[in-house]
Amino acid sequence: MDIHEYQAKEILSDFGISIPRGGVAYSPEQAVYRANEMGGEQWLVKAQIHSGARGKAGGIIFCNSNEEIWTAADSLLGKRMVTHQTGSQGKLIHRLYVEEAFEIANEYYIGFVLDRQQEQIVVVASAQGGMEIEEISASDPDSVIRTTVEPAVGMQPFQAREIAFRLKISKPLVSQMVNILLGCYQAIINLDATMVEINPLAVIQGGGLVALDAKMSFDDNALFRRPNISELRDKSQEDLREMRAADRGLSYVGLDGNIGCIINGAGLAMATMDIIKQAGGEPANFLDIGGGASPERVAKAFNLILSDENVEAIVVNIFAGINRCDWVAEGIVQAVSNIDLKIPLVVRLAGTNVELGKRILKDSGYPIIMADTLEEAAEMAVTSWQKQTKH
Amino acid sequence: MAETDKTLKILIVAILIDENTTAIVQGFTGQTGTFHSMEMIEYGTKIVGGVTPGKGGTKCLNRPVFDTVKEAVEETGATASISFVPPPFAADGIMEAADAGIKYCVCITDGIPAQDMIRVKRYMRRYKAENKMVLTGPNCAGTISPGKSMLGIMPPHIYMKGEVGIIGRSGTLGYEAASQLKSMGIGVSTSVGIGGDPINGSSFRDHLARFEEDPETKIVVLIGEIGGPQESNAALFYKENMSTPVVGYIAGLTAPKGRRMGHAGAVISAFGESAAEKVEVFQECGIKVVPNPARFGQTVASVLSSL
Repeated sequence: MDIHEYQAKEILSDFGISIPRGGVAYSPEQAVYRANEMGGEQWLVKAQIHSGARGKAGGIIFCNSNEEIWTAADSLLGKRMVTHQTGSQGKLIHRLYVEEAFEIANEYYIGFVLDRQQEQIVVVASAQGGMEIEEISASDPDSVIRTTVEPAVGMQPFQAREIAFRLKISKPLVSQMVNILLGCYQAIINLDATMVEINPLAVIQGGGLVALDAKMSFDDNALFRRPNISELRDKSQEDLREMRAADRGLSYVGLDGNIGCIINGAGLAMATMDIIKQAGGEPANFLDIGGGASPERVAKAFNLILSDENVEAIVVNIFAGINRCDWVAEGIVQAVSNIDLKIPLVVRLAGTNVELGKRILKDSGYPIIMADTLEEAAEMAVTSWQKQTKH
Repeated sequence: MAETDKTLKILIVAILIDENTTAIVQGFTGQTGTFHSMEMIEYGTKIVGGVTPGKGGTKCLNRPVFDTVKEAVEETGATASISFVPPPFAADGIMEAADAGIKYCVCITDGIPAQDMIRVKRYMRRYKAENKMVLTGPNCAGTISPGKSMLGIMPPHIYMKGEVGIIGRSGTLGYEAASQLKSMGIGVSTSVGIGGDPINGSSFRDHLARFEEDPETKIVVLIGEIGGPQESNAALFYKENMSTPVVGYIAGLTAPKGRRMGHAGAVISAFGESAAEKVEVFQECGIKVVPNPARFGQTVASVLSSL
């Protein structure tokens, strides 16, 4: 789960990391009020969306006056902002963060990620802050410092000192840097985060180290024990279809294609999408209804898929193991009887009692196109979709 | 690395499970645990008891229930365990099994926090190689050696006994492969699920090493997906250490970057984690790539016929 910049900053500030003064605003008036409340002469109006690279996309506006703040806020609120991380749909801006602006002397990058190769938390740091870490790694790989944290004892001060000295931070700021690094590690551990990134961590004119931007992600599997983090979820940043699916206990990812997919198991779902693509079609979604594929889940899946206007054909691919095909077939018939199906439906069943399942589908009288193999299912879906839409 | 290699040699004796393996079920008395225990018993797996803290002294499926894994091992002599313990307590259950002297544990549970698994992996380092428990999963369908034993939730009738080893992350995609093989008259020596989580007990590479040493396995099918480094690590291991042929498939060619595709670990977040990049590594390392998921059977058959 991702959270907003201002939320990440509030969390990190609890772990001893200095952040600029700032406030959240939902309207231009409120943005001006926030700026006046904190005082100062220069501010940043920052779009709060779940994405990095907001600066390049025009989502961070430097302001010198109340008028400029009002205009900046008005231009951002209600817009969908597209960055290279959001996809073509972009993300809706409905919150702003107004923050005091600083003269920056120096910028650093620090990040903490769960590294799957090491199976430990890895700290990444660079003196080339302000750029994305992928860019830094490409343009100046030698500047990137990586340190693994031994999970049994956690991050040690000497590791943080080593990073600080290698970054060539000015001597008076070393101990602050050490505290920031140790604080970020503590935040990751205490809150089940999977990622913390401060970029830039800036040395401000006449001052210390301040987190000018911050990002955090959390482990969905651990939210059950982090109720305070769960509360930070912002549904407006999620795909509407994905949100509906999650609320129904289904695992769904919306894509841009036209062939809706209902499949049990994540691996089989990905594989089915791949073979649809290879057959010349474009999958509209990833949808895993779970190993069980109960009739209720099948029915929910149909409703979800049909709520996507782009869907012009549906493929159901169920490998029934413990749950038999006849039971799954009954679920499909039940679901189809409750909807006015106007688009081609291809069903492929495999596993236990497959013949019985097929007979149930055939006897139902609904125009269900039946496929025996995965390959047939993909080909039939693509050809029936082409016929339907006269492609 | 030297330590891992030694572990593998010692445990290779039985490719994880065989007809003599005695197993307990952690989370035995829960609905899921009891249901799948019945299926495993029916298949012939020697389920000798189970563990549910607080229910020690009772019976389930005519078998004794214990409060702790240690007691269960002392009383039954079980060497293997399968766990259905719910996510908040599952990591604890794995460490309990390791400490009680269980040699092989399958963890079915889906939804274990990543930091809990980091702790499990760190905890396991306290054991010497010869005493270290092998863990497969979490978030997997389990392991089956057709005709011998099953520690898992798969439908066993789709697996024919034979000479093909299968290692996969996904349950149902593994079923798809096994049933394609069966429809062509090709059987399976052992099928191992390593699960869809970002941090898992053992990797593709670990089990490739086992299959390489297994006289019953003539070819291995490796079924990977997007996310993480384990498929590519396995390919490099194959290139340098194996004579048994491996065919491979990577699910998720159509998966967009940064989106989690069902499995907690199925997300492209770094360089080299996409399906296309992994397929390229497979090809560079000499692994024959299954061109699409409907061709597991044909690809294996063509390699087998050339042996």
